[in-house]
Amino acid sequence: MNEQLKAFAVAGGLNEEEIAKILGFIGRDPTIAEIAAFSAMWNEHVSYKSSRKYLKTFPTRGPRVLVGPGENAGVVDVGDGWAISFKMESHNHPSYIEPFQGAATGVGGILRDIFTMGARPIANMDSLRFGSLSHPRTRYLVNGVVAGISYYGNCMGVPTIGGELVFDPTYDGNCLINVFTLGVVKADGVFYGKAAGVGNPVIYMGPATGRDGMGGASMASAAFDEKAAEKRPTVQVGDAFCEKVVLECTLELMKSGLVLGIQDMGAAGLTCSTFEMADRAKMGMKVDLSKVPQRAANMTPQEILLSESQERMLLVCERGNEEGVLEICRKWDIPGAVIGEVTDTRQMEMWFNGEKVVDLPINLLTDEAPLYDRPWAEPAGLAERWKVPAFTVGDLKDEFLGLIDDPSFRSKAPVFQKYDHMVQLRTVVRPGDGDAAVMRLLETGTNRGVAMTSDGNSPACWLHPYNGAFNIIAEACLNLACVGARGIALTDCLNFGNPERPDVMWEFKEVVAGLSEACIAFDTPVTGGNVSFYNETAGTSIQPTPVVGVVGLVEDCDRVAGTFFTREDEAIVLLGCEDFSFDASLYARLKTGKVCGFVRKADAKRHSALCELIVRGIEKGIVTAAHDVSEGGLLWAIAESVVGNGVGATLDNVGTEPAELFGEAPSMAFVTVPEADLSCLTLMAEELGVQAVRIGTTGGDTLNVKGAFTVPVTDLTAASRKPL
Amino acid sequence: MRFAIPVFPGSNCDKDCLHVLGNVLGQDAFFVFHKEKTLPATDVVVLPGGFSYGDYLRSGAIARFSPIMDDVIRFANAGGIVVGICNGFQIMLEAGLLPGGMRLNTCGHFVCKDVWLRVENGETIFTRKAGKGAILGMPIAHAEGNYYAPPDLLKEIEDNGQVLFRYCDQDGNVTPEMNPNGAVNNIAGIMNREGNCFGMMPHPERASECILGGDQGRILFESLIAAGGGSVCKCGCRG
Repeated sequence: MNEQLKAFAVAGGLNEEEIAKILGFIGRDPTIAEIAAFSAMWNEHVSYKSSRKYLKTFPTRGPRVLVGPGENAGVVDVGDGWAISFKMESHNHPSYIEPFQGAATGVGGILRDIFTMGARPIANMDSLRFGSLSHPRTRYLVNGVVAGISYYGNCMGVPTIGGELVFDPTYDGNCLINVFTLGVVKADGVFYGKAAGVGNPVIYMGPATGRDGMGGASMASAAFDEKAAEKRPTVQVGDAFCEKVVLECTLELMKSGLVLGIQDMGAAGLTCSTFEMADRAKMGMKVDLSKVPQRAANMTPQEILLSESQERMLLVCERGNEEGVLEICRKWDIPGAVIGEVTDTRQMEMWFNGEKVVDLPINLLTDEAPLYDRPWAEPAGLAERWKVPAFTVGDLKDEFLGLIDDPSFRSKAPVFQKYDHMVQLRTVVRPGDGDAAVMRLLETGTNRGVAMTSDGNSPACWLHPYNGAFNIIAEACLNLACVGARGIALTDCLNFGNPERPDVMWEFKEVVAGLSEACIAFDTPVTGGNVSFYNETAGTSIQPTPVVGVVGLVEDCDRVAGTFFTREDEAIVLLGCEDFSFDASLYARLKTGKVCGFVRKADAKRHSALCELIVRGIEKGIVTAAHDVSEGGLLWAIAESVVGNGVGATLDNVGTEPAELFGEAPSMAFVTVPEADLSCLTLMAEELGVQAVRIGTTGGDTLNVKGAFTVPVTDLTAASRKPL
Repeated sequence: MRFAIPVFPGSNCDKDCLHVLGNVLGQDAFFVFHKEKTLPATDVVVLPGGFSYGDYLRSGAIARFSPIMDDVIRFANAGGIVVGICNGFQIMLEAGLLPGGMRLNTCGHFVCKDVWLRVENGETIFTRKAGKGAILGMPIAHAEGNYYAPPDLLKEIEDNGQVLFRYCDQDGNVTPEMNPNGAVNNIAGIMNREGNCFGMMPHPERASECILGGDQGRILFESLIAAGGGSVCKCGCRG
């Protein structure tokens, strides 16, 4: 291979070993366009070359799962002939370089993944992780990312109804932007990314291709150094209005019955969509790149192959139906063009201005993509992390007020208000009002709803990747239970550092194993997701940050619960029997300045019983509010339930040891019930073997912890309303 | 009653309006694609919210030139009832169906939250069932809702009773703190002098079913239906 070709390959992220592998496969020098195709398909982001070995171990099947991993998004049955399609994806690297466009196109990309399946998107969630608030870049990133999500989601008419907002110094050099979309589809109306039928036309649909986002997937497959800002041109530029029209056009095309297979052009653009569609159908494809609509002059074939211009789709229809397809494109003023046809050769053949520029067996770029079994090793001194250094506890009231002064106690309402969270008339439990959001599924003709939450916990996963990962699914299921939903399936975004480091690879391996066990324990199979490696800057990797988006079903949307105390004089009942401790707690972190302590794994059986009790209590109509006790501990959680409606509480049956008030434990939650229903709840708890202890009563304008201290509700409200 | 809902590229509250008018209120509601040149026979045209043409140039500025708008304007000028919600209101301002104009919210960004509205004129076909002084809760969701009219025009609108709603607190006090977007005189909705064209930034269709947090917006649609001699299906809220 000549130096020029080699330089192009290296710039595209291919290493020596991979270049040799290509030469060995094809037995000749590749063309520059072919190298472009290899670099697009063999990078970490598209090929999962470091993670495939482990991802295969995820439990992905279940009675409700209609489509598992491998398609653009998973599909899960929700009954009455309807299904939901959902997935979470990362857009970390582009968002760090260019926050507005990075986040906006992240939302645009995950939305396309969902409507590609034939589903109308009905909800977005965004799990956002940034560096510490004092880091000079953090506010710039937060403002840009929130504005980008707001712009794209609002314009698309898809409500943003949940997510996370976390600030932690581990993300000072790499923010994490994980976006989730859920859509509704008829169970028998799912579309697949398959290019079936010899001779069928391959149609490009969407705005013209430009030079934006060139090599974005390769960029997202490398660590950052001091030159990160120079990668700004690799970030795509989004046009939400265009995608809204593409969405309507796509759904109309699907309804017309003309579409056989369809896939969006996301990471690695036209390359990925053509190769993957042909590969899934075990077919070949002929493509004339000159026919691709172009908005920049004199584009080269490799530029057309690598462009990540947004809002584009690739579809296949029956021969003879192409005019019908193009007619619908014209109705919506969306460019459409026949650019090729399906063959049975299993070969990808591409021409540009009459010259053949790509001629490759398709499986070379898919099945034969590199697969690495990277070395892993437990980090040295892991057990050291499990020791909680001694610290002194001062006056309990001062300690409590100090704890809730942490930014994570503050209301996220100023952020949610920038997102349209009500469009589509589905939002039964709004963001921030419950431990999860609930959307009604009007089209099913029932009062059923779907609940969703996203959860991650990097400190816990750094301390103990296996248990930490297990617990995030446990917590997500508990969050769902607290609104009255039972978890049915999940999607994940696995955000890690550099996989070429053995300790990072060990974290990854442990996290996947922990998640897998939890998927089985809580009956929530993985239906899709993604992996984001190389979240590393100047040699520093982020702490392991798996994020899960877990989806649950609500049988009756009139029977849901929120986080906040709603009425006075109701019993507050603590459910669960774990001991609170400072291990892995926020309080210990703030007191010692260190992430420290052992992470106890939730007991699956006890945890499931707890979730079931809460759901039954809500379904029975006796539970009026429910909230899990997680980060910050019991008093923190009680305070969160107080500030929502300004209904105070008196706790007359809690211990006053600091660990009981500020410590943390898996599998703990509290609910409120009217006095008259307390015995009913107790009976239900006994049936399920869940410990239920009345700890206090709602009402008044203070939070009164008997034997310890009293705080006016207004002080708690003030703490929660402090600007972020 | 018949309700025509034009669908522009980028409209995204069209289905919401269809649901409330059709499924909740039992009316004959239907879509009209923006490329149509004539409206089918209808009693009311509802211009829905959303981001028609991506709000490019100015919100509503391009949709105003969509083919269907010529007939919507003709319909309005002939006395037909036209209601614009959010982006629909912005389109009506651009089309000259309502006086004044819209600016970016003073906070500089999109805001989605519940607000309170005080009914300022209860003698219109849109507000009669609510009545003057009624306080209605419903959501807003917009970035350009900062209504403006120059002093002379504003005086005229106020004097003519064309102001339908003002942002207020829960007790009906109209204060600067309760103004979510900087609109002049806290104006949330207006009508034309003839009383057949109505525009408002808040979303009554999002406040028409209790399960979504409240149904105080429904009364506006019920007023229209009553004015037209129609009746609504009584599907009250549970709980």
